[in-house]
Amino acid sequence: MKNYLKRTVAAAAAAVMTLGLVGCGSNTSSTYGGTGSDIGGVGNADSNASGAASDADSTAANGSAASDANGGTNSTPAGNGGTLVIGSIGPITGGAAIYGENVKKGAQLAVDEINEAGGVNGMTLELNFQDDEHDPEKSVTAYNALKDKGMKLLIGTVTSGPCEAVSKEATKDNMFLFTPSGSSVNSITSGDNCFRMCFNDPQQGKLEADFIAEKLDGKTKVGAIYDSSDSYSTGILDGFKEEAAAKGLEVVAEEAFTSDSNKDFSVQIQKMIDNGAEVLFLPIYYTETALILQQAEGKLDIPVVGGDGLDGLIDALGDKVSLADGVYALTPYSATAKDEKAVKFTEAFTAKYPDADLPIQFAADAYDCVYAVKAALEKAEVNDANIDASELCDKLKTAMTEIEYAGVTGDSKWSADGEVTKNPKVMQIKVTDGKGEFTDI
Amino acid sequence: MKKTTKNNLITFGGTLILCVVLGILMQAGKLNSMTMGLMVTIGIYIIASTSLNLTVGVLGELSLGHAGFMCIGAFSSATVSQILINNAGAPNWLAFTLAILFGALMAAIFGFLIGIPVMRLRGDYLAIVTLGFGEILKSLFNNIYITSDKNGLHFGFTNPPKNIDTATKLEILRGPKGTSAPDLTNFWVVAAVLLICLIILMTFIDSKSGRACMAVRDNYIAAQSVGINVTKFRLMAFTLSAAIAGAAGALYMHSLANMLPKKFDYNMSILILVYVVLGGLGSLRGSIIATIVLYAIPGLLRGINQEIVNYRMLIYAIILICLMLWKNAPVFINMREKIKAKFKNKKNEAADLTSGGAEA
Repeated sequence: MKNYLKRTVAAAAAAVMTLGLVGCGSNTSSTYGGTGSDIGGVGNADSNASGAASDADSTAANGSAASDANGGTNSTPAGNGGTLVIGSIGPITGGAAIYGENVKKGAQLAVDEINEAGGVNGMTLELNFQDDEHDPEKSVTAYNALKDKGMKLLIGTVTSGPCEAVSKEATKDNMFLFTPSGSSVNSITSGDNCFRMCFNDPQQGKLEADFIAEKLDGKTKVGAIYDSSDSYSTGILDGFKEEAAAKGLEVVAEEAFTSDSNKDFSVQIQKMIDNGAEVLFLPIYYTETALILQQAEGKLDIPVVGGDGLDGLIDALGDKVSLADGVYALTPYSATAKDEKAVKFTEAFTAKYPDADLPIQFAADAYDCVYAVKAALEKAEVNDANIDASELCDKLKTAMTEIEYAGVTGDSKWSADGEVTKNPKVMQIKVTDGKGEFTDI
Repeated sequence: MKKTTKNNLITFGGTLILCVVLGILMQAGKLNSMTMGLMVTIGIYIIASTSLNLTVGVLGELSLGHAGFMCIGAFSSATVSQILINNAGAPNWLAFTLAILFGALMAAIFGFLIGIPVMRLRGDYLAIVTLGFGEILKSLFNNIYITSDKNGLHFGFTNPPKNIDTATKLEILRGPKGTSAPDLTNFWVVAAVLLICLIILMTFIDSKSGRACMAVRDNYIAAQSVGINVTKFRLMAFTLSAAIAGAAGALYMHSLANMLPKKFDYNMSILILVYVVLGGLGSLRGSIIATIVLYAIPGLLRGINQEIVNYRMLIYAIILICLMLWKNAPVFINMREKIKAKFKNKKNEAADLTSGGAEA
């Protein structure tokens, strides 16, 4: 009998759990079962995401949804096409949080701008951003959660590994997926529903090899430090090595670290010195780069070239920013760039988020993603926010290959396999009076 | 009926009913996408946590490398399923069944080999060594490359194999870039494996060998003195625990489109250990409930609204601390005992009344 209470409690807990899951399930599935008031409910539940403006939107959505349900035909007048829910997934906690934060802010900025200007074909946009902690498992959970919230298309995911997992699910559902920054080749290979805004990893490596061969004349001995446990890093290095061989560059040292040994780089730096590297190639993220630069101080004084992972390096170095002086990075956007579109975006971003740090390229990528989607929606003449996600995907994937979009990160075109074509930009960090900034070269 | 049999039947029956109910609801389309996604992952974590409970609860040894065995199961099963499907053209169900069994077998072999040195230690020392082995297993798969082409399989260690025929090239294991196993895990497979694992674990714990393990846990020297071959039984439980973890790893691998070895790190071992400790050492039912509750909390918090989503890990941590305190802090244990005593008194009174009535 001693076990009696234990057993009762256990059984009760199990029962409560089941009820909880089922309750949650039936609630949400009835939410988009088609009745107007329930759809309005979704709008209300999410409305605090974008503040007072979207309260009005959800009321509008409510009205139009109700009329759709009652009328049965799409008689929605212009300016009242409902609220199109755009899902987005990325890390806003954990080690890669800066990327997710920037994507979230950049996309939200674009969505708000578009809504203020009257929406897309009469539809209002709504962004629902979910955290995935840079973990494929959680990313898929977030994707499922977004589907339950009525997501019609996905801008994400932000990082490559999760993107590979989510894109496979999205292909199964025929959900339109547009990643701002998932750069591994496999991020968008699962189906023709996937597109990306940035270069893929081998492409980036190739462009960096071209840059070293063409712009840093005479320097042919390259030493690379890379993260062998990371597909971003190894992907870039693979592309780099292939192109380096074709361009007459010699990779004299190729030193790996893993995510478990990314604090002490003295061995790798010594190898670079011993093998006489003339250029240090760092296809890695800014956190490790900051450590490498600090540990190499006074020992290794050669040009440093990196990829778009170096975005964020200036902040990571803090008051030791002078170490980053002269570092080259292939990045399509920087907050201090001087071209017109970038300046305009940076101003809008800082006006909207006065307390935040300056945007990095992930914010610009996400901002461009939303506008490219807007262009595609206009091209495909979608004006009903209650469209089936799969039907929308079919329309968008044709429209994406037809549009040309001039954005913050360059003039972009897409092919049917989802890859983007645009001009690469290499920038250099210049430090003056203890303040670093990316400058065009 | 014996008390343990009854207890086991309740656990098994409860799990079975839960699986069937959820399965029917899923087929009827009454569940939302997130719940369906969570069901699969939770099922896999339950298999992992119940198997760890065998080492931690029944054997009484803290293992911090359980994710390592899942890693072995995951990557060896992915290799088998990809070879069978792509190269041998086997049907999916056959390939998957063989892959799960192979994953479990490989994990068992490694569990046995690792167990030989590890089981010479006890307590904290054992915990540290399992931690080390867990990391080694993860690093191992960070460096293994397997590629197939028309000439057969090519292996590489630390570097991808060279001289591959590019036209028929198929990368099976890609070192740190992980592997992309076919997407075969669904709820029914997980439920079936979970129930089979529960039967195996219950039978083992209730068997002579299981009792021997518990005797070793409770008093090592006394167990030795009555002639129990301590190392043998410890090794047996450790290997079985590893094998089941391997099966969990195989399911996990085939539930996500791509998997990197670094996913199976120290954090994952600790996560599973938390489920076991919170659920109660030695209690399979506890592990099951704790896994469901703790895994579902962060997921379900997503469903509420955007504001809470941002704080969900904080809420999760607070809930975790509160549950731990509620379960193990002496103050709360006393409180629970008092409540229990009250219940008992009431029941005794009620029993007295009824028996009194019968006499009258």
